[in-house]
Amino acid sequence: MDNRPLSPHLSIYRPQITSVLSIFHRLTGAGLFFSTILIIIWIAAVAAGAEYYKSIKVFYSSPPLILVLSVSLWALWYHFFTGLRHLYWDLGLGFNLRSVSLSGWIAITCSSLATLLNIIIINIL
Amino acid sequence: MVEFRLPQNSRVSKGKVWEKPDNAENLKEIKIYRYNPDDNENPRIDTFFIDLDKCGPMMLDALIKIKSEIDPTLTFRRSCREGICGSCSMNIGGVNTLACLKGMNEFKGTINVYPLPHLPVIKDLVPDLNNFYKQHASIKPWLETNTEEPEGEWLQSVEERKFLDGLYECVMCACCSTSCPSYWWNGDKYLGPAALLHAYRWIIDSRDQEREGRLKELDDSFKLYRCHTIMNCAKACPKGLNPAKAIAEIKKLQSQNV
Repeated sequence: MDNRPLSPHLSIYRPQITSVLSIFHRLTGAGLFFSTILIIIWIAAVAAGAEYYKSIKVFYSSPPLILVLSVSLWALWYHFFTGLRHLYWDLGLGFNLRSVSLSGWIAITCSSLATLLNIIIINIL
Repeated sequence: MVEFRLPQNSRVSKGKVWEKPDNAENLKEIKIYRYNPDDNENPRIDTFFIDLDKCGPMMLDALIKIKSEIDPTLTFRRSCREGICGSCSMNIGGVNTLACLKGMNEFKGTINVYPLPHLPVIKDLVPDLNNFYKQHASIKPWLETNTEEPEGEWLQSVEERKFLDGLYECVMCACCSTSCPSYWWNGDKYLGPAALLHAYRWIIDSRDQEREGRLKELDDSFKLYRCHTIMNCAKACPKGLNPAKAIAEIKKLQSQNV
């Protein structure tokens, strides 16, 4: 009896918009912790003086860091918009399946648009 | 505990490919999880072919046809065949549902059939639901009163009765709880969507006099608060109920109860 197998779970369950958005909310939340460290380093360099800032700026302008910062930017917006969903869910609102999927797609669209807009603005400045 | 890989004894191997029926024009391939507790082997996936022209439209019709015509050892629970008993719950095409309510025409290509996820398997598509039932019993799914019994029945108004709509219809099929990743990882301590939906059904019953006690009992970081509003439960429920909403209402009451 103790030897009963466990039925398959994660590997066989078809990805649902509900669970996929939820796990990304969590991943972006955890990932942003590390992005915050990058921001802190940057601010610390500003405070440390022109020489430090110069070298950090070179480092932060390298393609891999630009990629990391861009993904972080998206993560921030994504976490923000899916976080808004959690706020109104906590009020007991928006639970029917149509609202759930609609607000999910809105969060995906808005976070992508906001990231793009952000990047464009940064490049213009 | 979060554990992505299945334990050694649970890993699924390739199984038997059963013969195709003769002269079939409308062939459907169905892959089914098999486990036999008596042969000391790991679970496997068997492949069956059925002739859709000679079979009823629902997934349960196909399972019954396979059992009566191809392999009589195929084991699954079923009873009412109309979505009211909750027996034939299983994972079909990657989503938990009742086999009797799932039409085969909803699937293109091969249909994969597994037992409900993350449960000990007794045989084939029959999982062990003991823990699930124990959790249901733990929320005291009955009327709790402390005043004197009335002459007749405990009465409630039509308006008060309306609060129970969308809750009392649950058939305890376990589709919701076993679709919930949080329940997969913490099913021993987190009560899961089904038990919590039932808990809410009694909390908001106007005749029940134990509301405070019920809420206090649930105010636990595991029992209630392992719900992270993922909402796979509401997506899976074959009766169209919304356990996530019920759980949110319990959390709201908890915050007002401080």
